[in-house]
Formats: sequence, C-alpha cells, structure tokens
Amino acid sequence: MLTLSLILFPVVAALLVLAVRGQQTKQLAFAAALIELGLAAYAFLNFRADTSSQFGFDYPWLVNAGIRFSAGIDGVSILLVVLTGLLTPLIVLSAFQRNYDRPNVFFALILFMQAALMGVFTARDAFLFYLFFEAALIPIYFLAALWGGEDRIRVTFKFFLYTIFGSLFMLVALVYLYFQTPGSHSAAIVDLYNLKLTPEAQGWIFWAFFIAFAIKMPVFPFHTWQPDTYTESPTQATMLLAGIMLKMGVYGVIRLLLPIAPAGVDIWGSTAIVLSVIGIVYGSIIAIRQRDIKRLIAYSSFAHVGLMAAGVFSQTTNGVQGALVQMLAHGINVVGMFFVADVIMSRTQTRLIDQMGGITQHTPKLTVYFMIILLGSVALPLTNGFVGEFLLLSGVFQYNPVLGAVAGTTIILGAVYMLRLFQKTMFGKKTELTETFTDVAGSENWVLIPLCIMVLWIGVVPNAFLKVTEPAVTSLLQIINQ
Amino acid sequence: MLPIVLLSVFGIVMLFLGFMKSRAVLLPAALLFLLVALGTSFLDWGHSYLYFRDMLLVNNQTILFSAITMLSAFMVIALSGDFLQDEAAQPAEYYAIMLFSIVGAIMMIGFENLIMLFVGVEILSVSMYVLTGSDKKNIRSNEAALKYFLMGAFATGIMLFGMALLYGAVGSFTITDITAFVSLSRGGISLLLLMGLMLVLIGMLFKVSAAPFHFWTPDVYDGAPTLFTAFMSTVVKTAGFAALLRLLMAVSATSMYDRWWQIVAGITVLTLLAGNLTAVYQNSFKRMMAYSSISHAGYLLIALAALGQQSNGALAFYSLAYSVATIAAFGILLLVAKQRGKDGQRDETYEAFNGLAKQNPLLAFILAVSMLSLAGIPLTAGFWGKFMVFSTAVEKGMVWMLVVAVLMSAVGIYYYFRVVIAMYFRTGEVTAIRVAPFYRIVLIVATVLTIVLGLAPGLVQGLI
Repeated sequence: MLTLSLILFPVVAALLVLAVRGQQTKQLAFAAALIELGLAAYAFLNFRADTSSQFGFDYPWLVNAGIRFSAGIDGVSILLVVLTGLLTPLIVLSAFQRNYDRPNVFFALILFMQAALMGVFTARDAFLFYLFFEAALIPIYFLAALWGGEDRIRVTFKFFLYTIFGSLFMLVALVYLYFQTPGSHSAAIVDLYNLKLTPEAQGWIFWAFFIAFAIKMPVFPFHTWQPDTYTESPTQATMLLAGIMLKMGVYGVIRLLLPIAPAGVDIWGSTAIVLSVIGIVYGSIIAIRQRDIKRLIAYSSFAHVGLMAAGVFSQTTNGVQGALVQMLAHGINVVGMFFVADVIMSRTQTRLIDQMGGITQHTPKLTVYFMIILLGSVALPLTNGFVGEFLLLSGVFQYNPVLGAVAGTTIILGAVYMLRLFQKTMFGKKTELTETFTDVAGSENWVLIPLCIMVLWIGVVPNAFLKVTEPAVTSLLQIINQ
Repeated sequence: MLPIVLLSVFGIVMLFLGFMKSRAVLLPAALLFLLVALGTSFLDWGHSYLYFRDMLLVNNQTILFSAITMLSAFMVIALSGDFLQDEAAQPAEYYAIMLFSIVGAIMMIGFENLIMLFVGVEILSVSMYVLTGSDKKNIRSNEAALKYFLMGAFATGIMLFGMALLYGAVGSFTITDITAFVSLSRGGISLLLLMGLMLVLIGMLFKVSAAPFHFWTPDVYDGAPTLFTAFMSTVVKTAGFAALLRLLMAVSATSMYDRWWQIVAGITVLTLLAGNLTAVYQNSFKRMMAYSSISHAGYLLIALAALGQQSNGALAFYSLAYSVATIAAFGILLLVAKQRGKDGQRDETYEAFNGLAKQNPLLAFILAVSMLSLAGIPLTAGFWGKFMVFSTAVEKGMVWMLVVAVLMSAVGIYYYFRVVIAMYFRTGEVTAIRVAPFYRIVLIVATVLTIVLGLAPGLVQGLI
C-alpha cells in the first residue's frame, strides 16, 4: 500500500494544487512534496536489504489479458524512490523566489511528473512501466514548452517526438515478449526474466530497448535533443529532466534490458559501451568549450550519464551498484548545479560565462555551497560523486581495461570544465553585471543546504546506501549470468 | 431487435415533429429517441437471436458495436444545438436522416445475409450523401456530395457484383452457409469465391476509407458540414469495420485465411502510410482530421489482417476510443471555426486554435486529451485501443506490421501535436469562445470517457 500512496498521493495533491489560484500554491505544493518525501523516507528506513519486493500492491487491471496494476519497491528501485522523493520538494522550493504566471498549473505539473516517475521506478508489470514511462513525458513537455525560453516550441517538440519515438520501440518489444510468455500470457517483469528466447530474438529485443533508453539517458549519438532542451526549459523543468527523468533510461536498462536479453547484451553490449564511452569523452570536451552556463552543465550531465551507461552494460556488480549510487549522487549534484546556475542567471540576467566574474567578493555562502556541489560533480573523494564514479570505472575496467582507461579521462576533463566554470564565474574581476550581486538568502539556502549535506553524507558513509542495493544487484546479475 | 424498429418509427415521428412551429422540441426529442433505442438494445444482451427470416444476427458483438454507433450519434446530435438557430437548416430532416442511418448501421453490424449487408450499406450511404450536400449554398459541400455519391455508387456496384459471385460460388447468401462452404472445402478454394470476396471487400474498404480507395475522404470530410463530418467519420467507420469483421470471420478457416490475409495486410500498410504521411502536410485542421481518419482505418485493419480471438474486442474498444475522441475534436472545431472565422467564412486552419488555452482552458484541455488519445499516448483510451490492435498482430506473428504501425504512430504524434502547440504555446485572439452549457457537458463527458477508459480499459474490454 505504501507504494500505491507514493504513486497516488502526488496525483491527488496535484489536483488540489490545480484548484487553488494565486501564488500560495507554492506552499501547498511544497507541503505535498514534503509529505511525499516523508513516505519515501519511511520506505527507505523500513526497507529490508534483501532481494524481495516490498510495500507492494497488486490489482488485476486488464483481466483477460493478464496485465496487472502491480508495483513494489526492491533494492534496485529504492534509491530512485528516495531520489524522486528528495529532489521534488527541493525543486519546488527552488521556484519560491520566482513568480511564474499560472503557478497552480506549474506546480501541479511538477507533482504529476513526480507521480509518473514514482510509477516508473516501482512498476512490477512491464506495461505499467511503459505506461508511466510515457506518461512522465506529458507534464515535462508542458512545463518546458509553457515556461521555457524563446525557442522553446521547436526545441521541446523535438524532444517530445524524439523520446516518444524511442519508447515506441520498447512497446513493440514488450508486446512481443508478452506473447512469448507461456499460458494465458503475463506482463509481470519477473515472468519476462524467465523467458527462453533465441539469441537472435534477444538481439532485436536489445536494440528495441536500447534505442528507447539510450534516447532517454541520452547516450551518444542519441543525445541531440538534450542540450537544447536543457537550455530552453525553465530551471525547474531542467532539474526534473536532468535530476530524475534521465535516470529512467539507466533504470530501464537495469530493470528490463539486462535481465530479459542477456544474450543480446553479450552480442551488442560492447557496442553500447563503446558508444557510451564516446559520449563521455565527446560530452566532456564539448563542455569545456561552452560559453553558456546551462549548456555546460547539460554536456557535463551527458558525459556523466555516459559513464553510468557504460558501467551498467559492463554487467559487473561494481558497474551496476555504481550506477545505482551514481544515479542518486548525480541527481543531487546536477540539481545543485542547475540551481546555482539559476541563482547566478537570475541576478546577472545572462547565461554567458564570459560576462560574469568576481562573484565571490559578494557571496561567501554561495561560494561554499557551489564549491561543495562542484566537488561532488568532479568526484573528489569523500563526496558523493566519488563513490559512484569509482565503482563505475572499476566496473568498466573489469570489462575492458582500455575502455576503462578512456572512460577514466572523464575525471580529468570533468575537473577542467567544472573548475573553469567556477573560476570564470566566481573569481576574477567583477563585471558590470556582477557589480550588485547579492548573496543567497531565504529559501535559496534551504535548497542548497540539504543538497550539500547529501553530497557529503553519501560521500562519507556510502555503505548506508550500497548495502541496501547489494542483494538485489547480486541476484539480478545471477539472472543475467545464468 | 427493438432498436431497428424503434429508430425507423422515431425517424418518421421526427419528420412529423418538423411540421411543428417550435424547433425547440426537435433536439430533445432526437436525443430521447436515441437514448431509448440505446437502452432497449441491451435487452438482448447475453442472448443470440436471428431476426427477420434469419437475415440479422443479434448477439453481444452486434449490440456492442451498435451501441457505439448510437452513442456516437447521440453525442453528435447533442452538439447540434447551433443548428436550430441557423435559418437555412432543416434540423428535423437531418435528425430523421441520422436516425435512419443508424438503422442501416445496425443492419451492417449484425447482417447474417449478404442482402441485409447491402441494404444496410445503402441506407447508411444514401443518408451520408444527403447530409454531405446539406449545406446547399456552399459550393464545396455540393461538390463533395456529388463526388461522394458518384464514387460511392461505383463502390456499391462493385460490392454487389462481388456478392453475386459469392452467391455463384456458395449457392447462398447467408454467413452460416458461407462459413460451412469454406470450412468444408479443404485445400481447393474456388476462384469464384475468392474473387467475390475481394470485390465485396473493395466495396466495404471504400466505405471505411482504406487506401487505395480513400481518395474521396479528404474532399468529402472537408466539404461536408463539420457536424456531419463527425457523424460519418465515427458511425460509418464503426459500422463498416463491424461488417468487415463479420464477413471476414465467415471466411477465416485456415485454407481461406491464407489466401486473403496478405492482401488485407498490404492494404493495411498502404492505408497507414497514405493516411499518416499525407496528414503531415495539411494546413487545415479539418483536412488533417480527414487524413487521420484514414490512418485510423489502417490501425483498425490490422485487427482484421491478423484476425483472431481478440480481434472483435480490439475493434470494439478501438472504435469506441476513436469515436469519442473524434467527436470531441470536431465539436471544438465547430465552435472555433465559426467564432474565429472572418467575414462569415469559417476558419478551419491550425491558426484558428492559436492561444485557445489562455481564453478557454477547458476547451483546450478537452481537445488536447482527444489529440493525445488519437495519437495513442498512455493513460488515454486511444493507447489501449492501439495496444489491443497491435497485440492481435503480434499474436499472429506479424511483428513487421507492428513496426510499420509504430513508426506511423510516431508520425501521427507530429500532426496531432500541432494543434496542441497552437493552443498552448502560441498567442492568438483574445476573445474567448462561447460554449453553450449543454455543449460543454457533452464535451466533458467525452473527455471523462477517454480518461476513464485509459485508466481502466477492463471496463469495456471485458464485455466481449
């Protein structure tokens, strides 16, 4: 029942928020997101670290077709449930100092989005998964296209078409798999794991799933929608996209692709890893060249996700574990980065890094927050980024030392563009635009402090998170290696 | 089979009501008649009878499909409130024709004898020719009616020829005899039968606007008054596919199925391509809906090419989802085209919808939901319709067909979303569209149905 409330509560709250007019919808949405966080925290604290699916519920849905409305939380989903629960209130809070028009719609869409994401991460039925996977797209599309920048219509439409096009391939694969199940057919993900498919069929399944998830993550060369969309969307939508939504792709690979088509991964996995590694290096190099602060973070996110994809496709315990922890860490870091960028942009009215400088002279608090989040992003030991990246790199290294070494350049390149960003914005001479810069205040603190705490917490005691996912990951890899 | 009798009588009563001075009674009367017919149709639920000297079979399938046509007609008529104000319009006649045409539709849906199919098709078609040309002063409406009539007459002729050949092969007009004939003749299927079947198919495929017999569709849909476009794109399609389903089920024995499935599959792919790819290039919302209607014929055809246990359930669900969404879309087009038009001209382009979300959030939401449903996005009825239809294809091992359909669905999203973009992200006229309260209720009901069926598809799916 807990899982059901995790999915349904944001929907109810969103409908409530829709009904209220005026700017106080913020408080209402924030309160709802906090309650949802409470539920997610309850799930995390009461979660037994084993392979079972917990807090679940299960209703027949399409009776004669054997499709069930079935969801629950296991070791693979728990961290993502936590991530979704944790980031949403912060994303809502980050909009407190903005006055968007039609705030009730704005915050309701965020909550709808949260409901769909919770659904994706907890679904135990493949069609339920698909349903939420697609449903998440609608609110984010409207968020990005209604409150976005000048070129928003073209850019968000491209994003929408691109990702829905990808997921349609997944639908083909799912329908096919569904009919391969024995008896009166079932779409339960566990039943799909037990299918005995020919390697050739698995090769097709691999590509159908891979295209869907690769577009979502995104993996090179399916990433072309991403920088534009991140840049044109309002900051909260970008946070949702980069912080949570792209994890649907990585999660999908772990949940569906690897266990259902292991033979397909044997054949094509190396291609996927090579593409991911290309994405890592390519994204990092382009990030170095960016003058636009949002695009820089977008490309850095692209590079980081590439590493997660490579780690997952390495099919090693370290790779998968690393990806799970890194999804949590990356979500926290990227939301932090985008928020800092938003703070800077809202005060300087520009996104161009060249026009900033000397911000530290006014802002002791912002400097500290920014530094902590940035160090998390460049994966300094004792920050959250380190745990994930270390495990991921060791996973890829185990798979193939050369690829591991190439992927490892992400640490160096990451430091280059991140520190360059910090230097150009925070240090140096003041410019006209940064002359009157004011330090973070009020609700801005309350967005950044929890993020910084999480950066350090996960960095210092990673085992609290790793041990939760470990049994599930081990059993998942057993299924794959059967 | 009460609805056939009732609707025929009600139609005549409707004509007499037209003599009355007060027009206000017409609309409620028409709605009441349909409601009564709809209610009585369920009296036969769970039983299977033959009526009219074994010419008409009434079972759950017949009832469900005819209920969908009656529901569609009910909604279309409920949206016709503005007609009563229109000086030139003849509401009594229009309502009577619509009631009569439902009789034709039910005959098509439940035919047991090919003659019944023919009579049903003609009743429905002739009604449509008249309704298409009902806007006498509009030259496009006249042209459309003539075009529809001439081409429809040809199609009817071809179909009749096919029936004659079927009779020649089987020696009987009834479905039971045809089924028996086909299942007895293992291996050697007579060429006469196959030819007859193909010709009847051509006639029927014309009616449901499947490629390459679809060329009349855009002009006729465009030229006909929007209200009747909504009527013909839902009722005719539902009835046509129900009839095709019954006909093809009769010849579904393996030896015969192997002969015709490739042909139907080919037509399916052609229809999907023709409908979706041409819809992309339309600048008029109404013409886009015409091409979209062709594309939906393609999706529905999948369930026929992959004929099996699930086909009737899939077709019924799809027809319902499609009808509800289409009527909502045309209903809003009616309002927008009229009130945003200039100099008495209707504006049916995408631009007419610009900024609708600002002034009429409810209308914009309803149209958005109906577009999402037609595009097959999850959590709407349209998604499950597509899902069920696609499932039939995969069950028969036609994964390649599924891939084509899925690619075309992606194309569909492109043109359906153009109107969503216009409504939500562009700025347009500041004047809000006026909506009559009853009109609003119908639109809301359509949206609620779309969403409820999207969340709980089992409600209808369990019926067949």
